[in-house]
Amino acid sequence: MCTYQTEMLELSGSGKGAEGWFPLTQATVYFDHPVHAPAEHTLNVDLLNPGRGAAARVAMELDPLSARQLATTILAVLDSAPAAVLTGTSIAPAER
Amino acid sequence: MSDAMRAETVHVSGHGGDEIEAYLAQPLDDARHGGVVVIHHMPGYDEATKEITRKFAAHGYLAICPNLYSREAPGASPDDAAAAARARGGVPDERLVGDVAGAVAALKELPGSNGKVGTIGYCSGGRQSFLAACSLPLDAAVDCYGAFVVGTPPEGMPLKIGPIVHLAKDLSCPLLGLFGAEDKYPSPEQVAELEQALREHGKTFEFHSYEGAGHAFFATDRPSYRPEVANEAWRRIWDFFGSHLAS
Repeated sequence: MCTYQTEMLELSGSGKGAEGWFPLTQATVYFDHPVHAPAEHTLNVDLLNPGRGAAARVAMELDPLSARQLATTILAVLDSAPAAVLTGTSIAPAER
Repeated sequence: MSDAMRAETVHVSGHGGDEIEAYLAQPLDDARHGGVVVIHHMPGYDEATKEITRKFAAHGYLAICPNLYSREAPGASPDDAAAAARARGGVPDERLVGDVAGAVAALKELPGSNGKVGTIGYCSGGRQSFLAACSLPLDAAVDCYGAFVVGTPPEGMPLKIGPIVHLAKDLSCPLLGLFGAEDKYPSPEQVAELEQALREHGKTFEFHSYEGAGHAFFATDRPSYRPEVANEAWRRIWDFFGSHLAS
């Protein structure tokens, strides 16, 4: 993997990995060589909980168009959700 | 001549005396052999890299691939370990050199060693093969399309690396460089810059840039694989290691 650009962010929520559901604390986003997708480069997202080990990971490798459509759709869905439902829904750190 | 080999997971003493995992493949005969340290690509200590390690043993070399992510994710699957290592900024150069030094020492201690050891690395490992050859006394090194030997990584990247072309003066052994002419990292211009630096310092090197190939043309499990180019480049590797690592 050689473009090396990696964005990191903290987040909260849950993900389902190889060993079932776990709390998420962090994500990395990068455009680089995939492990599995049949492309030279893909938009990769790792949803992580480093405190629970390397296997606590939900991974995605998306072609660039799919990644944009997903990002746009996520924003559109959030924008269309009623404000009353969106407020006060963040997960408290104690629940992680 | 026997074609039997033994391939297995072992542990070697890496940087700072840390015990790290490694994959060792060796011919099972009574002859003396040169050694090759295989430096895995950023996706990690994976099945494809272990296959390459066995390939060297099949061609008569003692071959070892240290798991550069042993510390971040012991026992994890290669892709999870690679993700964990990326999130922590990748492998620091100093640690890489220490881990390769440990792998070199482990090869030289094998009863079948002829005392000569080279390195080969792919992708990020190509840069690390050059780095090791500029930092350790080696007999040969191969850089397969290593990015950021020349050129600065993009801003904002958390990896703990920078350009290392200034180390060319310290190169301890002959260097074989294998590149894709359509690669962007490293670009043909960056390959030319490295070539120029090696020439200025009077180093022994041999570079080949292949038309019709981009990055990772050796990777048989990826769409970037270019069989004709890879076959030709493997021939260069056998000639090169045959010249510099044979008894």
